[in-house]
Amino acid sequence: MVAYTIRRILSGALLLVVMSMVVFVLFYASSDTPERYACGPKCSAQQLEVTKQALGYDEPITTQWAKFAKGVVVGREFPNDPDLRASAPELVQECDAPCLGFSTGYGTPVRELMTDAFPISFSLAIVAFAIWIIGGVSLGIVAALNKGSIIDRGIVGLSLLVFAFPTFFIGLLLLTFVAIRWGIVPLPEYSPIAEGGPFLWLQGLFLPALTLAVFYLAGYVRITRAFVLETGSEDYIRTARAKGLPQRTIIGKHTLRAVLTPLVTLSGLDLAGLLGGAIITESVFNFNGLGKLAVTSITRFDLPLTVGIVLLISTFVIVANIIVDLLYAVIDPRVRLG
Amino acid sequence: MTAPSPTAHEPAARAAEPLLVVEDLKVHFPTSDGMVKAVDGLSYTVERGKTLGIVGESGSGKSVSSSAIMGLFHGTSAQVSGSIRLGGTDVLSLDESEMRKLRGRQVSMIFQDPLSSLHPYYTVGAQIVEAYRVHNDVSKKTARKRAVELLDRVGIPQPDVRVNDYPHQFSGGMRQRAMIAMGLANDPSMLIADEPTTALDVTVQAQILDLLQDLQREFESAIIMITHDLGVVAEMTDDTLVMYGGRAVEYGATREILSHPEMPYTWGLLTSVPDVTGDVDVPLVPIPGSPPSLLTPPPGCAFHPRCAYRDQVPGELCSTLSPDLERGGRGPGHLKRCHLPDPESIYQSTVLPLLTHAAPSGAGEDVNR
Amino acid sequence: MTQDVATAPEQDAAARPILTVEDLKMYFPVKSAGLIRRTVGHVQAVDGVSFQLAAGGSLGLVGESGCGKSTTGRLVTRLYEPTAGSIVFDGDDISKTPPRRLKPLRREIQMIFQDPYTSLNPRHTVGTIIGTPLRIHDIVPKDKVLGRVKELLEIVGLNPEHYNRFPNEFSGGQRQRIGIARALTLNPKLLVADEPVSALDVSIQAQVVNLLQEIQRDFGVAFLFIAHDLAIVRHFCPEIAVMYLGKIVEVGDRESIYDHAHHPYTQALLSAVPDVAQATVGGRRERIRLEGDVPSPVNPPSGCRFRTRCPLAQDICAAQEPPLLQIGPRHKVACHFPGRINQHPRKPLTAGMLGTDDHGTPDPGASPSEDLHSGPGYADTWLDLDNRTFGRA
Repeated sequence: MVAYTIRRILSGALLLVVMSMVVFVLFYASSDTPERYACGPKCSAQQLEVTKQALGYDEPITTQWAKFAKGVVVGREFPNDPDLRASAPELVQECDAPCLGFSTGYGTPVRELMTDAFPISFSLAIVAFAIWIIGGVSLGIVAALNKGSIIDRGIVGLSLLVFAFPTFFIGLLLLTFVAIRWGIVPLPEYSPIAEGGPFLWLQGLFLPALTLAVFYLAGYVRITRAFVLETGSEDYIRTARAKGLPQRTIIGKHTLRAVLTPLVTLSGLDLAGLLGGAIITESVFNFNGLGKLAVTSITRFDLPLTVGIVLLISTFVIVANIIVDLLYAVIDPRVRLG
Repeated sequence: MTAPSPTAHEPAARAAEPLLVVEDLKVHFPTSDGMVKAVDGLSYTVERGKTLGIVGESGSGKSVSSSAIMGLFHGTSAQVSGSIRLGGTDVLSLDESEMRKLRGRQVSMIFQDPLSSLHPYYTVGAQIVEAYRVHNDVSKKTARKRAVELLDRVGIPQPDVRVNDYPHQFSGGMRQRAMIAMGLANDPSMLIADEPTTALDVTVQAQILDLLQDLQREFESAIIMITHDLGVVAEMTDDTLVMYGGRAVEYGATREILSHPEMPYTWGLLTSVPDVTGDVDVPLVPIPGSPPSLLTPPPGCAFHPRCAYRDQVPGELCSTLSPDLERGGRGPGHLKRCHLPDPESIYQSTVLPLLTHAAPSGAGEDVNR
Repeated sequence: MTQDVATAPEQDAAARPILTVEDLKMYFPVKSAGLIRRTVGHVQAVDGVSFQLAAGGSLGLVGESGCGKSTTGRLVTRLYEPTAGSIVFDGDDISKTPPRRLKPLRREIQMIFQDPYTSLNPRHTVGTIIGTPLRIHDIVPKDKVLGRVKELLEIVGLNPEHYNRFPNEFSGGQRQRIGIARALTLNPKLLVADEPVSALDVSIQAQVVNLLQEIQRDFGVAFLFIAHDLAIVRHFCPEIAVMYLGKIVEVGDRESIYDHAHHPYTQALLSAVPDVAQATVGGRRERIRLEGDVPSPVNPPSGCRFRTRCPLAQDICAAQEPPLLQIGPRHKVACHFPGRINQHPRKPLTAGMLGTDDHGTPDPGASPSEDLHSGPGYADTWLDLDNRTFGRA
């Protein structure tokens, strides 16, 4: 088990390194003049040259990556060129480890921007996750247990309907009616727990999290229902009934445990993707999470920021995969004990 | 059996009724294609300390009838009618919660494939403990002790260690023993074994059958052994019930049914199975065709499309009238469902020679064409 | 549709061997669970198996789980590449043929699988399943393929007009017939049948067994019949090899194995088969009870692999592996104490031949006999145990 864990972590780390290389090359080698994005369309040739040296674009791509990697570990300074640094020491910016680059659009290290945006995306993802897991799994179980009845058809039909609507539509719908017209909740706004306490935090997050969750909830209802029905025909469920176990024990203990494995995989990967920001939802509700940041970086051609965010999202997904693999071993003794 | 006179004789009368009495059991499943009549009028009895073998092939209804005894169709769309009296109680009249008290306690079931019949994520010990605690209000510790005791009783070495193992860590034979241990946790008076040894090697099968006989002797339990292996039936059972198309087609003492049956299907079963000690030149005479559809069973006798002897019955009886279960010629309690007026002579002239490779006596007509 | 009463075929002693397997081994590596996946051991699934199969004949391979019979079948069809040993088919050693040159071999050797429900592709029509081998091997021109498919369907007793149906429209027994038709498409010389009837109902088993016998008679196909049902194997095969934990413990013609088996495992196996005739007698048959489970093939017992469960085991069994000795015109057994039931010798018969004393420790003065290594077939002389002399053909 320990060896398995270490092996997964090592391969995950290796994957991350490879990812960073690929991302780096893709973005910086995609254009001959990346300094143009940084400087702007109105820059003169001389300004472009200075920008190029400051950001290190004059160096070969492999050196650029090497410096980037070093920066992640020990931090670095900008401008990149040592002569430029020497000539104008007051303009030197320190980028502490882990340094993920220097945003040309905002003029600050990428990491700072991300640490500001991350808690918002994180909160959004977590609350949405809770809503869709609890809601989706329970409704899925109810639907499966009442298979064929009007309850089942209602739940499945409703989930399909909801699934069909785009996220922005649902978001705008909720915002317009629930918040504005009917005033059930105040306009959603992010309130950090540290400042306003958990209740305000939750209240602010409620509508956007619901918007985000609704899409996944529909999917999880269907998946849970399918898994519960499939498990129900397994031989060991028949044995459980033959032992005289009450239905709630059979569902709660036997069926659920078996359904857990595929659910854990899916939800882990879904959550990981969400941690990197939910672009549409954040835009609709004007939450400054990573999603919004990512969109901004793309529209502004802020290469370093884009690279940083992509790497962060990759890290989340890789880590989530490792965790899910380990959870598999915890849940299923056949994986653990071979 | 004479009608019991009041009170003073009641205990005697009750003691005389067999532990399990199944009468006219019907299990029908409504499907989108129509009504599947899995069991269509089945009656038999099993007494304490005795073993009944139920023989049949796919679609004969043997497993469905046992699941009905366990009340496993409660709450499903299946339509169950008739009566099943276990220890005097009519199982079909019970509601789900009362039925649940019987399951695993008065009557236990063990299944064919112990690997898929045990939950892969829980230890064997945990599953036995669960079986025990659902019917007995005891602490986890006490239940665990009982689990170890049971594993020991069924012959699993180092039970105190193996109680913490998962099902996939046991070998096939050991797994089946663990299932038997779980079935016996609450000292049931009746054990239903649904093809318990089909998935096991022959030497392991012998060990498991030994164990079952041993346990029956010790606990005086009644056993229903569902199997397609006539050898197992021959060695393990006191009575045999042959099922075909959802009904009993022959029923009686094993000694008679397997040596001297009176129904063409049973003859077919005997001639189509090679004997490991018999004459090597005895041919395998299969039963032609396939098991009948339960959706649209053949008119008249369900077996008639595959029967080689239907032209020995006058008129078109076989294809129009379904025969009743009637007294046979092999002793009291022998019942058969067949129109043949004189099965004994056919048996002597055509079936017996096939089983022993003697020259056929009789008119020399080749009934196998 | 056949209802013919076919009797079990006899062995043609003069027929030439179509398959000769010598010292065949298949070891599957076992990887460690640590950080670096090293090979820590091997599952010795098949460990030195030798036998011969005559053209148009049948050899039954019986044994319980883990004995290696299925693996042997797959080795013969070259679904695996053997770790060691030779497989000589129709004169050529195919054990080391590289995968790309195996294609012509597939026309000669085919396999019938156990589970009719999972061995047929549910998305292909029956016609496609049976016809594909013809198309792949380009034997028959395209327009003649359907004709051949219909022919084959008829041979196996199915309606030739059903070639457009899908497997799920057929019953288990019919599906097995489709599998057999597919195997027959290319007119193979050897069919490896891996538990061809175990998954079928009893009344259907007899139909399929009879069909296989007819095919053998009509097309002269040799069969390697792998099964655990001793009664069916006896009916179908004039020669049987009994396997235990990767080794052949006894091999011989039908009479030798079933009527006077000399190996304690074979005897235990035969005594454990439940007998229908027991119904008249009542109760269980007298059997030789084996204790415990089959040991792991990763770490098999030293010497004789059966010794951990054998009622006759002595010191020599742990020290020396018993050689496969010929004790009859067509009968070989690998045991230090071979004999009929309750007539096993008290002292090991093999001690002298192996050059050891009765406890298995090598005798410095003696050396192992030259005659120990018999080939896959039968020799003209053998050790006659009853008369304590050498028998001659």
